[in-house]
Amino acid sequence: MVDPLLSVRDLKVHFSVGRGLLNPGQLVKAVDGVSFDIAPGEVVGLVGESGSGKTTLGRSVLRLIEPTSGSIKFNGTELVGLEAQRMKALRSDMQIIFQDPFASLNPRMSVREIIGEALFLHGIGSSADREDRITALLDRVGLPATAAPRFPHEFSGGQRQRIGIARALAVNPKFIVADEPVSALDVSIQAQIINLLQDLRREMGLSLLFIGHDLSVIEYLCDRVVVLYLGKVMETAKAADLYASPRHPYTRALLDAAPVTHPDARRERVALKGDPPSPINPPSGCVFRTRCPFAVEACAQTQPPLTAFGDDQHVACIRANELNLAEYNVQSAATG
Amino acid sequence: MSLSYLLRRLGGAIPLLLGISVILFAIIHLAPGGPLDMYLENPSVSPEAIEQMRTAYGLDQPVPVQYFLWLKSMLAGDWGYSIRTGKPVLSEILNRLGPTLQLSGLALGFAFIVAMPLGVISATRRGSKLDTGLTLFSFAGISTPVFWMALLFQLLFSVQLGWLPSAGYQSVGDGSLVDRLRHLVMPATVLSFAIIASWSRYIRSGMVDVLNQDYIRTAYAKGRTEIGVVVLHALRNAMIPAVTVIAVDFATIISGAVITETVFAWPGIGRLFMEAMDGRDYPILMGLMMLGSFGIVLANVIADVTYAALDPRIRYG
Repeated sequence: MVDPLLSVRDLKVHFSVGRGLLNPGQLVKAVDGVSFDIAPGEVVGLVGESGSGKTTLGRSVLRLIEPTSGSIKFNGTELVGLEAQRMKALRSDMQIIFQDPFASLNPRMSVREIIGEALFLHGIGSSADREDRITALLDRVGLPATAAPRFPHEFSGGQRQRIGIARALAVNPKFIVADEPVSALDVSIQAQIINLLQDLRREMGLSLLFIGHDLSVIEYLCDRVVVLYLGKVMETAKAADLYASPRHPYTRALLDAAPVTHPDARRERVALKGDPPSPINPPSGCVFRTRCPFAVEACAQTQPPLTAFGDDQHVACIRANELNLAEYNVQSAATG
Repeated sequence: MSLSYLLRRLGGAIPLLLGISVILFAIIHLAPGGPLDMYLENPSVSPEAIEQMRTAYGLDQPVPVQYFLWLKSMLAGDWGYSIRTGKPVLSEILNRLGPTLQLSGLALGFAFIVAMPLGVISATRRGSKLDTGLTLFSFAGISTPVFWMALLFQLLFSVQLGWLPSAGYQSVGDGSLVDRLRHLVMPATVLSFAIIASWSRYIRSGMVDVLNQDYIRTAYAKGRTEIGVVVLHALRNAMIPAVTVIAVDFATIISGAVITETVFAWPGIGRLFMEAMDGRDYPILMGLMMLGSFGIVLANVIADVTYAALDPRIRYG
């Protein structure tokens, strides 16, 4: 395998909440010991429920949120603890596309200023060159050059997301974190944006960390998938393997939760009950055990490590070996 | 933004000001006593003379009639004459305008320069000890009565330390710039305290709101440093809600800081208002209050115009 572009090791992001004058507050472990790699040109999907730490992880990888501990190596440079000036220089290589295209563009700046600011900050081109580049970028994301002097509120959600993408592309990044870039958009627009990302990835050799909860989008776009639950990695595998043979009960439950396209289709499902436990007081042992239909007593004892299965599939479950989730039948689990 | 929009806004203020004038006139006349009461206990003024003055000033007419007489002359540009001094209302007001503009100009300018960074620092260091300290300071500033703070200042800087004159506009027989500034410093500082306290809160809450927006993260992702993000991205957006408060405060304070001017014997609009209240000087009171109302209407129009300049989403047709 080639050297990874991005290599995250044992990353932890902890927040203290509810701290007041007298109250010492509590610790939320939003991301708790996550490791993964992204190869050049690879698209990695990050899935999990709301509150699983996906967004926090995506932002802390770019140090938009300061990690508590761990290591993030980008192109061989350690980002954690990197001084501000060098971090700023690196920002041109790593960009982010946000979920909400209505909130992520400064309402007081024109499209030209929004895209041009990044070029200016990284000293790309003269001001005349920049104007050409802005036009080219707008064209690349399917917007006319006449969009440049206009303000964000004059555009629809899909158009705004295109502006956000043009802005991210402006500095020629090698790596982009796409934080649920389509979940705020209409379904018809979603497809356009996803196809745009797919094209850009092919043409520019971009690496992507694609955060989402729409599993069909992830399957379409991603080479590899990381499944996150309560700030911990449950399973990571090549997309094809993960969808064909999930090995972690949580992955299987996520796949089962996706709607089926045909109304007559029937299948066995692993359904989860209740809400994820609070990340302030996570369960002992395996964090998923409180909702896992296969949990046994041993699950409460130790935190299962990520264990390798076959070709690049890693699962954090002590029963991964004995469960055959790909052909699992609900009925038998209920009785047995 | 068009000229016709401005004219329409100002034109719309005319019925508003008319309504205000009716209410003000009624309230003034609801208060017991009248401008001629000061002569009642003066043995050298005969009851006949008082009666004669009452007729001369039109005070014997019913209140509605008095109102229309006042309105008629006002519309003709005649603000009337002070009952106390006999001088024209307009020149009485203009005489006091200079000192008030000096005092409020300095106080507002100082307040703006101080409140802005305080609010920004509080917001960017939210939850820190510094923020808590500034919050306490703000609440203290808002809840401390101005007259009390003024007395404390006088006690410390004039009585105890003897650094500054306790009151007045200038020393008798002196009128140099230094002397006037020495008189100006204390009232201006006292006046600005409460304004700083409230403005810094508005700026803080506006900033806190904006700093949580995604486009602030976008700016960091572009490679802006914290100062760049705060000044170029956050402040421009955070100022929008603060503009209304600042504009209306501006109008209120320019039209006279009554308490501060009274405690410091500052010969400004606020003190004129106090004197006119004491003497039930109806023409002066009406003149001052109409000017103040117009100032607030104007400040609101200016605030709206400023919005459009600050926020491209706002368009007026």
